Amino acid sequence: MAIGNEGAGAIVMGLVYRLLRGAAPAGAALFAGGCDLRHSAVLDPKGPIALAQRDLLFDAFFVMLVVVVPVIVLTLWFAWRYRAGNTAATYAPKWSKSPRLEAFVWLVPSLIVVAVAVLVWRSTHKLDPYRPIASAQPPLEVQVVAQDWKWLFIYPEQGVATVNQLAFPSGRPLSLRITSDTVMNAFYVPQLAGQIYAMAGMQTRLQLLADAPGSFVGRNSMYSGDGFSDQFFEVVALAPADFDAWVVKVRQAPARLDAKSYPALAAKSQRHPVTFYSAVEPGLYDSIIAKYAHSGHAQPAAARR
Amino acid sequence: MFGRLTIDALPLYSWVAMGGAAVTVGGALLVALLITWLGAWRYLWTEWLTSVDHKRIGVMYIVLALVMLLRGFVDAIMMRAQQAFSLNAGGYLPPDHFDQIFSSHGTIMIFFMAMPFMTGLINIVVPLQIGTRDVAFPFLNSLSLWLTASGAGLVMVSLVIGKFSTAGWTGYPPYSGIEYSPGVGVDYWIWAILISGVGSTLSGINFIVTILKRRAPGMTLMRMTPFVWTALCASVLMAFAFPALTVACGLLALDRLAGMHFFTNAHGGNMMNYPNLFWIWGHPEVYILILPAFGIFSEVVATFSRKRLFGYSSLVYATACIALLSFTVWLHHFFTMGSSPNVNAFFGITTMIIAVPTGVKVFNWLLTMYRGRIDFHPSMMWTVGFMVTFVIGGMTGVLLAIPSADFLMHNTTFLVAHFHNMIIPGVLFGYLAGYMYWFPKAFGFALDRTWGARSFWCWMIGFYLAFMPLYLLGFKGMPRRMETYNDPSWQPYLMVAALGAVVVMLGIGCMAMQLYVSLRDRRKTVDLTGDPWDGRTLEWATTSPPPPYNFATLPEVRDREALLDMKERGTTWQRPARYEDIHLPKNTAVGVIVGGLAGVLGFAIIWYIWWLVVVCALAMWVALVVRSSDDDAEFTITAAEVKQIEDARYRLLGSRT
Amino acid sequence: MSSAALHATPSGHDGAAATHEQRALGFWLYLMGDAVIFALLFATYVIMVNNTAGGPAGKDLFDLRNAALETVLLLVSSTTFGFASLSARTGNRGAVVFWLLVTFALGAGFVFLEIREFAGMIAAGAGPDRSGFLSAFFTLVGTHGVHVSMGLVWILIMCGQVMTKGLSVPVVSRLFRLGLFWHFLDIAWVGIFSIVYLPGLL
Repeated sequence: MAIGNEGAGAIVMGLVYRLLRGAAPAGAALFAGGCDLRHSAVLDPKGPIALAQRDLLFDAFFVMLVVVVPVIVLTLWFAWRYRAGNTAATYAPKWSKSPRLEAFVWLVPSLIVVAVAVLVWRSTHKLDPYRPIASAQPPLEVQVVAQDWKWLFIYPEQGVATVNQLAFPSGRPLSLRITSDTVMNAFYVPQLAGQIYAMAGMQTRLQLLADAPGSFVGRNSMYSGDGFSDQFFEVVALAPADFDAWVVKVRQAPARLDAKSYPALAAKSQRHPVTFYSAVEPGLYDSIIAKYAHSGHAQPAAARR
Repeated sequence: MFGRLTIDALPLYSWVAMGGAAVTVGGALLVALLITWLGAWRYLWTEWLTSVDHKRIGVMYIVLALVMLLRGFVDAIMMRAQQAFSLNAGGYLPPDHFDQIFSSHGTIMIFFMAMPFMTGLINIVVPLQIGTRDVAFPFLNSLSLWLTASGAGLVMVSLVIGKFSTAGWTGYPPYSGIEYSPGVGVDYWIWAILISGVGSTLSGINFIVTILKRRAPGMTLMRMTPFVWTALCASVLMAFAFPALTVACGLLALDRLAGMHFFTNAHGGNMMNYPNLFWIWGHPEVYILILPAFGIFSEVVATFSRKRLFGYSSLVYATACIALLSFTVWLHHFFTMGSSPNVNAFFGITTMIIAVPTGVKVFNWLLTMYRGRIDFHPSMMWTVGFMVTFVIGGMTGVLLAIPSADFLMHNTTFLVAHFHNMIIPGVLFGYLAGYMYWFPKAFGFALDRTWGARSFWCWMIGFYLAFMPLYLLGFKGMPRRMETYNDPSWQPYLMVAALGAVVVMLGIGCMAMQLYVSLRDRRKTVDLTGDPWDGRTLEWATTSPPPPYNFATLPEVRDREALLDMKERGTTWQRPARYEDIHLPKNTAVGVIVGGLAGVLGFAIIWYIWWLVVVCALAMWVALVVRSSDDDAEFTITAAEVKQIEDARYRLLGSRT
Repeated sequence: MSSAALHATPSGHDGAAATHEQRALGFWLYLMGDAVIFALLFATYVIMVNNTAGGPAGKDLFDLRNAALETVLLLVSSTTFGFASLSARTGNRGAVVFWLLVTFALGAGFVFLEIREFAGMIAAGAGPDRSGFLSAFFTLVGTHGVHVSMGLVWILIMCGQVMTKGLSVPVVSRLFRLGLFWHFLDIAWVGIFSIVYLPGLL
C-alpha cells in the first residue's frame, strides 16, 4: 500500500531481483558458515558470565528438545498416518478420553517445568548482575553514562574518562555502575555479559570479566531515537601491563571533563569518535544522577543500587 | 483555530512518505468511487454501517482486520527491504521514517489486525455456537466496532497528516514523553490505542454476559464448545486487562498534555512504572489473542479429523489456567531493568508454569488426530502447520523466561523472532483457519481449497525463511529496530529474512486470489445445508448465511457436540410444530456516529484543536444519553414471516436431496 | 409494580427480567474494570507518594477537615440514594425525585469542595505539574471527582426520566445501575480517604 512513488510492483520486483542476486552468496555463506555462527557473539563468549549464561541457554534448549522433537515428529506422523486416504489406519471417532494419557500430558510438562524452575532459581541468583564476581583481585570500578547517542565511561580510581571506548584489564573483574543522561538505554556486550537498562536518575549494575585480552563490540540494545543504530562502542580487554600503558596514554589527552565541559558532550551527537579525557571532576557521575533525583526524599523508587 | 495543525503536517519530507500518503488517499477515494458507482451508499448505511446484527458486525471487523493486515504487512516488507541493504549505508529510509514504520507495524498488527480479526470471529461464531439470537448488548457491540475502526482510522490518517510515533509499539517513556518526542506521533499512537481500547473493554464485557446469560436451553458450561470457552476466557481478560492499558496510556497522555510527571526523567517521575502498567495489560493481551485461536484449532482439529475432541475437560481447565496465570508473568518483559534475583526468578518460574497448560493443549490436539480420518482442508493445514511451528516458539519462549539467559537475548532479533513465532502460527494461522472454516457460514459459499493450500504453503515457508535467520542474528547480538548496521556478517541473514517476507507476500496474494476465485465460482460451492464440513456444533445447525434471528426455534442441547448428537438421534432438520414472534434489536446509527466522533475527538486532541474536542465530547454525550434513554429499541418478526423464511429454506434443502 | 414486573417474565433470554439481569451483570463487570483502573491509580500513587521533587508533600497540603466534610457528604448521599431506591420499590414517584435531588445536592457539594481544594493547591503552586507526587494525587482524586460529576449528570437524567416516563421497568432498571455506580464511588472514596489523606497527615 504505502510503498512509495515508484509503485509497489516495481519496488517488489527490484527487491526480489536484488535479493536473489544477493542470496546466492548469502546461501553459500550460510551453509559454508557453520563457522560463521560459531563465532557469533552469544555463542562465542569470552568471559565467565557470558559463558555461564550461554551454557544455561544450551541446557534449557536440550531439556526443551525432549518435548519439542517428539511433538513435531508425532504431529507429522499422525498427520500422515491418519490422513483420510489411508483407510488401513484404525479409526476411533468416539475415543476422546484416557485418564492415563491425560495424567501423562499434565505430569510430564510439569516435571520438566519443575526441573527448569530449579535451574532458574539457582542461576538467577548466581548470575545476578549485582553480585560481585569472586576473584583474588579487587574489581576495576567504571561508571557508565548513556547519552544521545554515545557512551561515557568514567574511571574514578584512575581519574580519567573516555567516550565510546571501554578498556579494562583482562582477568580482573570489571564492576560497572550504569545510568543514563537521556532516555532509557541498555548496556549490552554480548560476548562478556548480558545487558542491563540504563535509566536517568537511577543506577543499575553489571559485573563482567574477560578471560583474555581481546576486543569486542558493545551496543545500546534499547531503541533510543535517530542515532540509535550507530550507538556502538569498543570494548577492549588488555593485558594488565597494557592497561596501565593505556591509562597513561589517556592521561596525556588534552581534554578534561568537568561540570562546565560536560553539557557540550551530553548534547545530541551521532557517531561520536572515541575521545579521551585526562581528568574528570570528582563526583561528576553522582551529579548526573542527582540532577534528575533531587526530590527532597530518596532516589525516586530507584532500581537497586 | 487549527491548534498546531499547519500545512507542514503534509508528508512532503520524502518521496516514500508522500507515496504512502498518496496510496492511502487514493485507496480511500477508489473505494468511495466504487461504492458511488455501484450506488451502494444507502445499502451500505442501512444494512451494514448501522447494523447491530452480530454476524454483520463480525464481517465488518474482519474486513477491517484484512485491510490492516495489508497495511501492517507493507510496513513489514519495507523494514525487511531496508535492513537487507543498509549495511554501512542509510538504505532508502531515514531513521525517523524507519522508526515510524516499525512502530506502526507493531501497533497495527496487534491492535488493528489481530484484535479485530479475533473480535470478528467471536462475533460471527459465538452466538451461533451457544444457540442465541444476538449478543447481550447489540448496540454496544456496534459501538465497539466503530471505536476500533476509529482507532485504525487515526493510524491511517497519520500517514497523510503529520507523522506516526517513533517510540515502538510499546511506547516506553521517557523517550515517548513530550521532552524527547515533541511531535504528534506519540499522540496518534496514544489516542488510537485509547479509543480502540475502550471498544475492546466493551467487547469483553459484552461477550462475558452473552456467554454466561444467553446460552440455549440445556447448554451447561461444560457443554460449551472449546471456542466458546476460549472466547469467554479471552473476554474476561479483555474486560480486566484493558483498563491497565487505559491507565498506562492515559498517564502518558497526561504527562504529554498537562505537563505531569508520571514517567519523566526529572521532577519525581518514575519511568519504571510504565513498563509495569503496560505489561500488566500486555501479557494478558497475548493470551487474549491466542486463546481464541486455540479454540479455533480445537474446533478444526475435531471436525477435520472426524473425531471427538480428545480431553475436553483438560482443555477447558488448561484454558482457564492460562487465563489466570497470564496476569502473573508481566515482569518477564523487563528482567533487565534491575529487579532483585528473587523477583526475576519468581516471574521466570510463573512464566514457565504457563507452558504446562499450553503443552497439555498441544498434546490434546495431537491425540485428537490420533486414530482420526484427517481431511486436509486448508483450515486443517493451518492447524498442523501451527502445531509444528508453535512448539519451536514455545521453546524459545522458555529460553527467554530464564532471566539470566534473557540478559543475553533480550531486545535482540532473537526476541523479535520469538514473538513472531508465537503470534504468526499461534494467532494468525488460527484466525486464518477460522476464516476459511467459517466463511461458508457467514456467506453461504465456501472458499477455494487449492488457493487456500497455496496460501498456507507460502505463509509457512515464508515464515521460516523470514524468522529463523532472526533467531540466528540474535545469537550474533543484533539489537532489534536497527535502521543501519556495520557488521557485514549480518547481511546474508537479513537478505534471507527479506526473501521470506516476499514469500509471505505471495501467501497474501494467494489469499486475495482465493477470495476472487471463490466469489467467481460461488454458485458451484454454494452451501445449501448450512453444514458443509459435516460439523458437530450448533453453528452448523442453521442456514448459511443464517437468518437475522439465527434460529427459528432455540435448539435444545443435550451434548457437547450438540449438532452431532442431533444427527445421531435423527432430529437434525426437524421442523417445529409452530413458530413464534421473534424480537430483534433495531439498527441504529448511534454506534457509527459516536465511533466517528471519537475519531474526530482523538484527532482534535492530537493537534490541540480544543474547541473541536469540546464539540465532539458534548455531541458524543448527547448521542449516548439519547440512545440509552430509548425504551423502544426492538422490532418484531412475526411468526408468519418466520414461517415464510423457514419454508423457503426447506424448499431449497428439498431441492438438493 | 417495579419489583413485581422485574421478576414477571422468566421465559427465554429476552424477557424484561432477563434483560435486567444481563444489564446488571454487564454493569457489574464495567464497575470491576473501573475498579482495576482505581487500583492501578492507587498503586501509582503509593509508588509516587515520596516523589515530591523538592515540592510540598501531603502534610503541607491536605486539610483533614475538608476531606472529612467531603467524606460525610458522600456517605450521606449514598444513604439518600438508598431512600430513592426504596421509594422506587414502593412506586412513589415524587419521593424518588425528591431523594434523587437531595443526593444530587450532596454530591454537588462534594464536587464543589474538591474543586475548591484543587484550585487552592494550584494557586499555591502545587499543581499537578509540580512533582510526580502531585501528578499522582491530582489524577487519582480527580478521576474519582470526574466519576462523581458524571454521576451527577446521570442523576439529573434519571430525575427527568422518572418524571416523564414514570417508574417503568427500564427506568427502574437504570435507577438500580445508577445506585450501583453511586455506591461504588463511595467505596472508592473511602479508599482515597484512607490511602491518600490519612497517611498524608499522620
